[in-house]
Amino acid sequence: MSIKLNGSGLTLYRGDRCLFKDLEFALNPGEMLLLEGKNGSGKTSLLRAIAGLIELESGTVLWNDEPVENERQVFCNSMVWMSHKVGFKGDLTLVDNLRFESSLRLPSGRELDEVLRQLGLSRLKRLPLRSLSAGQQRRVALARMLLAAAPLWMMDEPASNLDAEGRELVGSLLASHLGNGGMAIVAAHQDVEIDVPTHRIRLQ
Amino acid sequence: MNEPEQQYPGIAAALGELVKRDLSLVVKRPGDVLNPLFFFGMVAALFPLAVGPAAEQLQFSGPGVLWVAALLAALLSLNSLFLADFEDGSLEQLLVSPVPLSAMALGKSIAHWLTSGLPLVIVSPVVAMTYQMSLAVTGVLMLTLLLGTVSLSLLGSIGAALTVGLHRGTALLSLLILPLAMPVLIFGARTVSLVAAGDGVAGGLYFLAAYAMLMISISPFATAAALRISNE
Repeated sequence: MSIKLNGSGLTLYRGDRCLFKDLEFALNPGEMLLLEGKNGSGKTSLLRAIAGLIELESGTVLWNDEPVENERQVFCNSMVWMSHKVGFKGDLTLVDNLRFESSLRLPSGRELDEVLRQLGLSRLKRLPLRSLSAGQQRRVALARMLLAAAPLWMMDEPASNLDAEGRELVGSLLASHLGNGGMAIVAAHQDVEIDVPTHRIRLQ
Repeated sequence: MNEPEQQYPGIAAALGELVKRDLSLVVKRPGDVLNPLFFFGMVAALFPLAVGPAAEQLQFSGPGVLWVAALLAALLSLNSLFLADFEDGSLEQLLVSPVPLSAMALGKSIAHWLTSGLPLVIVSPVVAMTYQMSLAVTGVLMLTLLLGTVSLSLLGSIGAALTVGLHRGTALLSLLILPLAMPVLIFGARTVSLVAAGDGVAGGLYFLAAYAMLMISISPFATAAALRISNE
Protein backbone atom coordinates (compact mmCIF):
# COMPACT_ATOMS: atom_id res chain seq x y z
CA MET A 1 0.00 0.00 0.00
CA SER A 2 1.50 3.30 -0.98
CA ILE A 3 1.32 6.12 1.49
CA LYS A 4 1.28 9.85 1.07
CA LEU A 5 0.82 12.97 3.11
CA ASN A 6 -0.56 16.21 1.72
CA GLY A 7 -1.28 19.57 3.21
CA SER A 8 -3.21 22.35 1.58
CA GLY A 9 -4.16 25.85 2.60
CA LEU A 10 -2.49 25.51 6.00
CA THR A 11 -2.92 28.73 7.94
CA LEU A 12 -2.15 29.47 11.55
CA TYR A 13 -2.31 32.63 13.62
CA ARG A 14 -0.85 33.09 17.05
CA GLY A 15 -2.60 36.05 18.63
CA ASP A 16 -2.88 38.45 15.70
CA ARG A 17 0.42 37.40 14.18
CA CYS A 18 0.27 35.23 11.09
CA LEU A 19 2.76 32.37 11.37
CA PHE A 20 2.03 30.90 7.98
CA LYS A 21 -0.68 31.24 5.39
CA ASP A 22 -1.91 28.96 2.60
CA LEU A 23 1.00 26.55 2.84
CA GLU A 24 0.98 23.56 0.54
CA PHE A 25 3.07 20.43 0.65
CA ALA A 26 3.04 16.91 -0.72
CA LEU A 27 5.14 14.10 0.63
CA ASN A 28 5.66 10.67 -0.91
CA PRO A 29 7.56 7.61 0.30
CA GLY A 30 11.31 8.21 0.43
CA GLU A 31 10.95 11.97 0.62
CA MET A 32 11.73 14.43 3.35
CA LEU A 33 10.05 17.71 4.15
CA LEU A 34 12.42 20.20 5.71
CA LEU A 35 10.93 23.11 7.65
CA GLU A 36 13.41 25.95 7.79
CA GLY A 37 13.40 29.34 9.38
CA LYS A 38 14.93 31.23 12.24
CA ASN A 39 13.92 30.86 15.88
CA GLY A 40 10.32 31.82 16.51
CA SER A 41 9.35 31.61 12.85
CA GLY A 42 6.75 28.93 13.53
CA LYS A 43 8.57 25.72 12.55
CA THR A 44 7.52 23.93 15.69
CA SER A 45 3.97 25.24 15.42
CA LEU A 46 3.69 23.95 11.87
CA LEU A 47 5.06 20.58 12.91
CA ARG A 48 2.67 20.39 15.86
CA ALA A 49 -0.23 21.42 13.64
CA ILE A 50 0.55 18.65 11.15
CA ALA A 51 0.75 16.19 14.03
CA GLY A 52 -2.65 17.37 15.21
CA LEU A 53 -1.41 18.79 18.50
CA ILE A 54 -2.67 22.27 17.69
CA GLU A 55 -5.64 23.22 15.62
CA LEU A 56 -5.10 25.04 12.33
CA GLU A 57 -6.93 28.25 11.55
CA SER A 58 -7.81 26.74 8.20
CA GLY A 59 -6.51 24.12 5.79
CA THR A 60 -6.38 20.34 5.90
CA VAL A 61 -3.72 17.70 6.27
CA LEU A 62 -4.49 14.57 4.28
CA TRP A 63 -3.05 11.15 5.05
CA ASN A 64 -3.69 8.87 2.06
CA ASP A 65 -6.29 11.38 0.84
CA GLU A 66 -8.21 11.16 4.10
CA PRO A 67 -8.31 14.23 6.40
CA VAL A 68 -6.32 13.33 9.50
CA GLU A 69 -8.91 14.72 11.92
CA ASN A 70 -11.39 12.15 10.62
CA GLU A 71 -8.91 9.31 10.88
CA ARG A 72 -6.78 10.31 13.85
CA GLN A 73 -6.07 6.77 14.94
CA VAL A 74 -4.91 5.69 11.49
CA PHE A 75 -2.64 8.72 11.21
CA CYS A 76 -1.21 8.38 14.73
CA ASN A 77 -0.55 4.73 14.00
CA SER A 78 1.64 5.77 11.07
CA MET A 79 3.58 8.48 12.84
CA VAL A 80 6.17 8.80 15.53
CA TRP A 81 6.87 12.13 17.14
CA MET A 82 10.10 13.59 18.49
CA SER A 83 9.77 16.99 20.10
CA HIS A 84 12.32 19.08 21.96
CA LYS A 85 11.10 17.45 25.17
CA VAL A 86 12.25 13.84 25.16
CA GLY A 87 9.04 12.57 26.79
CA PHE A 88 10.61 10.02 29.10
CA LYS A 89 10.44 9.54 32.85
CA GLY A 90 13.68 10.57 34.53
CA ASP A 91 13.18 8.21 37.46
CA LEU A 92 12.86 5.10 35.31
CA THR A 93 15.62 3.32 33.47
CA LEU A 94 16.11 3.55 29.76
CA VAL A 95 14.77 0.03 29.25
CA ASP A 96 11.67 0.61 31.40
CA ASN A 97 10.91 3.81 29.50
CA LEU A 98 11.24 2.15 26.13
CA ARG A 99 9.21 -0.85 27.24
CA PHE A 100 6.34 1.42 28.23
CA GLU A 101 6.64 3.31 24.94
CA SER A 102 6.52 0.06 23.00
CA SER A 103 3.01 -0.57 24.33
CA LEU A 104 1.87 2.70 22.74
CA ARG A 105 2.89 1.82 19.19
CA LEU A 106 3.19 -1.14 16.90
CA PRO A 107 6.70 -2.60 17.08
CA SER A 108 9.02 -2.38 14.11
CA GLY A 109 10.48 -5.78 14.90
CA ARG A 110 13.96 -4.44 15.59
CA GLU A 111 15.73 -5.90 18.61
CA LEU A 112 16.10 -3.52 21.54
CA ASP A 113 19.72 -4.53 22.18
CA GLU A 114 20.58 -4.07 18.53
CA VAL A 115 19.05 -0.57 18.47
CA LEU A 116 20.80 0.47 21.67
CA ARG A 117 24.14 -0.72 20.30
CA GLN A 118 23.59 1.21 17.10
CA LEU A 119 22.90 4.36 19.11
CA GLY A 120 25.78 3.79 21.51
CA LEU A 121 23.52 3.39 24.53
CA SER A 122 24.21 -0.21 25.52
CA ARG A 123 26.19 0.67 28.63
CA LEU A 124 23.45 2.95 29.97
CA LYS A 125 20.62 0.42 29.99
CA ARG A 126 20.22 0.12 33.74
CA LEU A 127 20.67 3.78 34.65
CA PRO A 128 17.76 6.06 35.51
CA LEU A 129 17.21 8.38 32.60
CA ARG A 130 17.83 11.55 34.58
CA SER A 131 21.47 10.60 35.02
CA LEU A 132 21.98 10.66 31.25
CA SER A 133 23.20 13.79 29.51
CA ALA A 134 20.85 15.81 27.31
CA GLY A 135 22.50 14.42 24.20
CA GLN A 136 22.21 10.85 25.43
CA GLN A 137 18.53 11.43 26.17
CA ARG A 138 18.07 12.61 22.59
CA ARG A 139 19.59 9.33 21.46
CA VAL A 140 17.02 7.45 23.56
CA ALA A 141 14.33 9.44 21.75
CA LEU A 142 15.88 8.19 18.49
CA ALA A 143 15.57 4.65 19.85
CA ARG A 144 11.83 5.24 20.22
CA MET A 145 11.63 6.05 16.51
CA LEU A 146 13.61 2.99 15.48
CA LEU A 147 11.50 0.67 17.63
CA ALA A 148 8.18 1.90 16.27
CA ALA A 149 6.72 0.62 12.99
CA ALA A 150 5.75 4.06 11.73
CA PRO A 151 6.52 5.26 8.22
CA LEU A 152 6.29 8.95 9.10
CA TRP A 153 8.94 10.47 11.37
CA MET A 154 8.21 13.93 12.71
CA MET A 155 11.26 15.52 14.28
CA ASP A 156 11.66 18.88 15.92
CA GLU A 157 15.32 19.96 15.87
CA PRO A 158 16.68 16.41 15.88
CA ALA A 159 20.26 17.63 16.04
CA SER A 160 19.92 19.77 19.15
CA ASN A 161 22.16 18.76 22.06
CA LEU A 162 23.92 16.20 19.89
CA ASP A 163 27.65 16.12 19.19
CA ALA A 164 29.06 15.92 15.67
CA GLU A 165 28.97 12.14 15.76
CA GLY A 166 25.36 12.23 16.95
CA ARG A 167 24.34 14.59 14.16
CA GLU A 168 25.95 12.25 11.66
CA LEU A 169 23.99 9.41 13.23
CA VAL A 170 20.70 11.30 12.84
CA GLY A 171 21.57 11.88 9.18
CA SER A 172 22.35 8.23 8.52
CA LEU A 173 19.26 7.00 10.38
CA LEU A 174 17.09 9.38 8.40
CA ALA A 175 18.72 8.33 5.16
CA SER A 176 18.15 4.65 5.81
CA HIS A 177 14.58 5.26 7.00
CA LEU A 178 13.79 7.19 3.83
CA GLY A 179 15.65 4.63 1.76
CA ASN A 180 13.26 1.99 3.07
CA GLY A 181 10.26 3.96 1.85
CA GLY A 182 9.68 6.01 4.96
CA MET A 183 8.88 9.71 5.15
CA ALA A 184 10.11 12.43 7.43
CA ILE A 185 9.16 15.95 8.37
CA VAL A 186 12.06 17.70 10.04
CA ALA A 187 12.13 21.16 11.56
CA ALA A 188 15.68 22.42 11.74
CA HIS A 189 17.47 25.73 11.75
CA GLN A 190 20.56 24.19 10.29
CA ASP A 191 20.69 22.17 7.13
CA VAL A 192 20.27 18.43 7.33
CA GLU A 193 22.79 17.18 4.81
CA ILE A 194 21.56 13.93 3.40
CA ASP A 195 21.12 12.92 -0.16
CA VAL A 196 17.38 12.31 -0.48
CA PRO A 197 14.58 14.05 -2.35
CA THR A 198 13.83 17.02 -0.14
CA HIS A 199 10.99 19.51 -0.15
CA ARG A 200 11.64 22.73 1.67
CA ILE A 201 9.33 25.15 3.39
CA ARG A 202 11.00 28.33 4.53
CA LEU A 203 9.06 30.22 7.16
CA GLN A 204 9.57 33.94 7.55
CA MET B 1 -7.80 -4.47 -4.23
CA ASN B 2 -8.52 -5.16 -0.60
CA GLU B 3 -6.38 -3.23 1.79
CA PRO B 4 -4.85 -5.25 4.58
CA GLU B 5 -6.60 -4.81 7.91
CA GLN B 6 -4.92 -2.08 9.88
CA GLN B 7 -3.43 -3.19 13.16
CA TYR B 8 -3.33 -1.13 16.33
CA PRO B 9 -1.57 -1.55 19.64
CA GLY B 10 -3.77 -3.23 22.26
CA ILE B 11 -5.74 -0.82 24.43
CA ALA B 12 -5.87 -3.00 27.54
CA ALA B 13 -2.14 -3.72 27.36
CA ALA B 14 -1.28 -0.02 26.99
CA LEU B 15 -3.60 0.91 29.84
CA GLY B 16 -2.01 -1.75 32.05
CA GLU B 17 1.49 -0.57 31.17
CA LEU B 18 0.55 3.03 31.98
CA VAL B 19 -0.81 2.07 35.41
CA LYS B 20 2.29 -0.03 36.03
CA ARG B 21 4.57 2.84 35.01
CA ASP B 22 2.80 5.33 37.27
CA LEU B 23 2.92 2.91 40.19
CA SER B 24 6.62 2.29 39.74
CA LEU B 25 7.18 6.06 39.61
CA VAL B 26 5.40 6.38 42.95
CA VAL B 27 7.61 3.68 44.40
CA LYS B 28 10.63 5.76 43.32
CA ARG B 29 9.09 8.91 44.86
CA PRO B 30 6.82 7.95 47.74
CA GLY B 31 6.52 11.57 48.90
CA ASP B 32 3.72 12.28 46.44
CA VAL B 33 1.56 9.64 48.09
CA LEU B 34 2.61 10.24 51.65
CA ASN B 35 1.95 13.98 51.70
CA PRO B 36 -1.85 13.85 51.27
CA LEU B 37 -2.03 10.83 53.55
CA PHE B 38 -0.07 12.69 56.20
CA PHE B 39 -2.40 15.67 55.79
CA PHE B 40 -5.44 13.43 56.25
CA GLY B 41 -4.01 11.84 59.38
CA MET B 42 -2.95 15.17 60.82
CA VAL B 43 -6.29 16.94 60.39
CA ALA B 44 -8.13 13.95 61.76
CA ALA B 45 -5.80 13.62 64.75
CA LEU B 46 -5.69 17.32 65.63
CA PHE B 47 -9.44 17.87 65.61
CA PRO B 48 -10.18 15.85 68.79
CA LEU B 49 -7.39 17.73 70.57
CA ALA B 50 -9.06 21.03 69.70
CA VAL B 51 -12.67 20.19 70.55
CA GLY B 52 -12.05 17.98 73.58
CA PRO B 53 -12.25 14.26 74.21
CA ALA B 54 -15.97 13.88 75.04
CA ALA B 55 -17.06 10.65 73.34
CA GLU B 56 -20.48 11.74 72.06
CA GLN B 57 -19.16 14.98 70.61
CA LEU B 58 -16.45 13.09 68.73
CA GLN B 59 -18.87 10.44 67.53
CA PHE B 60 -21.20 13.19 66.36
CA SER B 61 -18.63 15.24 64.41
CA GLY B 62 -16.33 12.38 63.37
CA PRO B 63 -17.94 11.45 60.03
CA GLY B 64 -18.03 15.05 58.86
CA VAL B 65 -14.46 15.84 59.88
CA LEU B 66 -13.06 12.67 58.37
CA TRP B 67 -14.88 13.24 55.11
CA VAL B 68 -13.80 16.86 54.81
CA ALA B 69 -10.21 15.82 55.53
CA ALA B 70 -10.46 13.07 52.92
CA LEU B 71 -11.84 15.47 50.31
CA LEU B 72 -9.10 18.03 50.92
CA ALA B 73 -6.44 15.33 50.87
CA ALA B 74 -7.75 14.16 47.50
CA LEU B 75 -7.67 17.73 46.16
CA LEU B 76 -4.11 18.12 47.37
CA SER B 77 -2.96 15.14 45.33
CA LEU B 78 -4.84 16.09 42.16
CA ASN B 79 -2.66 18.97 41.09
CA SER B 80 0.27 16.69 40.29
CA LEU B 81 -1.83 14.20 38.32
CA PHE B 82 -0.76 15.37 34.86
CA LEU B 83 1.85 17.98 35.77
CA ALA B 84 4.95 15.79 35.56
CA ASP B 85 3.77 14.20 32.31
CA PHE B 86 3.10 17.64 30.88
CA GLU B 87 6.49 18.99 31.82
CA ASP B 88 8.64 16.10 30.60
CA GLY B 89 6.71 15.72 27.34
CA SER B 90 5.39 12.22 27.94
CA LEU B 91 1.84 13.58 27.84
CA GLU B 92 2.53 14.72 24.29
CA GLN B 93 3.61 11.21 23.40
CA LEU B 94 0.28 9.91 24.70
CA LEU B 95 -1.54 12.50 22.58
CA VAL B 96 0.10 11.36 19.35
CA SER B 97 -0.16 7.67 20.14
CA PRO B 98 -2.71 5.51 18.29
CA VAL B 99 -4.01 4.26 21.63
CA PRO B 100 -7.24 6.20 22.36
CA LEU B 101 -6.49 9.06 24.73
CA SER B 102 -9.59 8.31 26.81
CA ALA B 103 -8.13 4.90 27.68
CA MET B 104 -4.92 6.57 28.77
CA ALA B 105 -6.93 9.09 30.83
CA LEU B 106 -8.71 6.22 32.54
CA GLY B 107 -5.33 4.62 33.23
CA LYS B 108 -4.09 7.82 34.85
CA SER B 109 -7.22 7.96 37.04
CA ILE B 110 -6.83 4.34 38.06
CA ALA B 111 -3.19 4.90 39.01
CA HIS B 112 -4.18 8.04 40.91
CA TRP B 113 -6.87 6.20 42.84
CA LEU B 114 -4.54 3.32 43.67
CA THR B 115 -1.97 5.73 45.06
CA SER B 116 -4.23 8.29 46.76
CA GLY B 117 -7.76 6.95 47.28
CA LEU B 118 -6.94 3.41 48.29
CA PRO B 119 -4.30 4.35 50.92
CA LEU B 120 -6.85 6.76 52.42
CA VAL B 121 -9.40 3.95 52.72
CA ILE B 122 -6.78 1.70 54.29
CA VAL B 123 -5.67 4.13 56.99
CA SER B 124 -9.20 5.34 57.77
CA PRO B 125 -9.96 2.62 60.42
CA VAL B 126 -6.90 3.72 62.39
CA VAL B 127 -8.02 7.34 62.25
CA ALA B 128 -11.62 6.34 63.07
CA MET B 129 -10.42 4.96 66.40
CA THR B 130 -9.60 8.53 67.46
CA TYR B 131 -13.30 9.29 67.12
CA GLN B 132 -14.36 6.23 69.10
CA MET B 133 -16.35 4.84 66.20
CA SER B 134 -17.81 1.38 66.58
CA LEU B 135 -16.82 -1.41 64.25
CA ALA B 136 -20.02 -1.13 62.21
CA VAL B 137 -19.59 2.61 61.73
CA THR B 138 -15.95 2.16 60.75
CA GLY B 139 -17.01 -0.42 58.18
CA VAL B 140 -19.49 1.97 56.59
CA LEU B 141 -16.93 4.78 56.71
CA MET B 142 -14.51 2.63 54.73
CA LEU B 143 -17.19 1.68 52.26
CA THR B 144 -18.25 5.29 51.64
CA LEU B 145 -14.62 6.37 51.29
CA LEU B 146 -14.00 3.51 48.88
CA LEU B 147 -16.85 4.61 46.61
CA GLY B 148 -16.28 8.32 47.17
CA THR B 149 -12.57 8.38 46.40
CA VAL B 150 -13.20 6.58 43.10
CA SER B 151 -15.52 9.44 42.12
CA LEU B 152 -13.06 12.04 43.36
CA SER B 153 -10.13 10.60 41.38
CA LEU B 154 -12.18 10.46 38.18
CA LEU B 155 -13.81 13.84 38.65
CA GLY B 156 -10.50 15.37 39.69
CA SER B 157 -8.73 14.14 36.58
CA ILE B 158 -11.05 16.30 34.46
CA GLY B 159 -10.11 19.37 36.48
CA ALA B 160 -6.44 18.45 36.54
CA ALA B 161 -6.47 18.04 32.76
CA LEU B 162 -8.11 21.43 32.27
CA THR B 163 -5.62 23.26 34.49
CA VAL B 164 -2.43 21.42 33.57
CA GLY B 165 -1.17 24.10 31.20
CA LEU B 166 -1.69 26.88 33.73
CA HIS B 167 0.88 27.92 36.26
CA ARG B 168 -0.40 27.70 39.81
CA GLY B 169 -3.70 26.21 38.76
CA THR B 170 -4.39 24.77 42.21
CA ALA B 171 -6.98 27.34 43.27
CA LEU B 172 -8.76 27.13 39.94
CA LEU B 173 -8.71 23.34 40.11
CA SER B 174 -10.41 23.41 43.53
CA LEU B 175 -12.97 25.89 42.29
CA LEU B 176 -13.80 23.67 39.32
CA ILE B 177 -13.95 20.43 41.25
CA LEU B 178 -15.54 21.33 44.57
CA PRO B 179 -19.11 22.03 43.38
CA LEU B 180 -19.24 18.69 41.60
CA ALA B 181 -17.66 16.94 44.57
CA MET B 182 -20.29 18.24 47.01
CA PRO B 183 -22.74 15.35 46.49
CA VAL B 184 -19.95 12.91 47.34
CA LEU B 185 -19.10 14.81 50.51
CA ILE B 186 -22.71 15.21 51.63
CA PHE B 187 -23.79 11.66 50.95
CA GLY B 188 -20.53 10.21 52.26
CA ALA B 189 -20.60 12.02 55.57
CA ARG B 190 -24.37 11.69 56.08
CA THR B 191 -24.35 7.97 55.42
CA VAL B 192 -21.76 7.45 58.14
CA SER B 193 -23.75 9.68 60.52
CA LEU B 194 -26.90 7.70 59.77
CA VAL B 195 -25.35 4.36 60.59
CA ALA B 196 -23.99 5.85 63.81
CA ALA B 197 -27.56 6.86 64.66
CA GLY B 198 -28.78 3.36 63.89
CA ASP B 199 -30.51 4.11 60.56
CA GLY B 200 -30.28 2.31 57.25
CA VAL B 201 -27.38 3.09 54.93
CA ALA B 202 -28.33 1.40 51.67
CA GLY B 203 -29.67 4.58 50.05
CA GLY B 204 -26.50 6.57 50.63
CA LEU B 205 -24.27 3.76 49.42
CA TYR B 206 -26.37 3.30 46.30
CA PHE B 207 -26.07 6.98 45.54
CA LEU B 208 -22.30 6.95 45.98
CA ALA B 209 -22.04 3.87 43.78
CA ALA B 210 -24.22 5.48 41.12
CA TYR B 211 -22.12 8.64 41.19
CA ALA B 212 -18.96 6.58 40.80
CA MET B 213 -20.50 4.78 37.81
CA LEU B 214 -21.47 8.08 36.23
CA MET B 215 -17.92 9.34 36.65
CA ILE B 216 -16.40 6.17 35.21
CA SER B 217 -18.50 6.59 32.09
CA ILE B 218 -17.96 10.34 31.62
CA SER B 219 -14.56 11.18 33.04
CA PRO B 220 -12.21 9.41 30.58
CA PHE B 221 -13.74 11.21 27.61
CA ALA B 222 -13.97 14.59 29.32
CA THR B 223 -10.38 14.25 30.54
CA ALA B 224 -9.16 13.34 27.06
CA ALA B 225 -10.90 16.36 25.54
CA ALA B 226 -9.50 18.63 28.26
CA LEU B 227 -5.97 17.31 27.70
CA ARG B 228 -6.14 18.11 24.00
CA ILE B 229 -7.21 21.67 24.78
CA SER B 230 -4.55 22.16 27.47
CA ASN B 231 -1.82 21.00 25.12
CA GLU B 232 -2.51 23.50 22.36
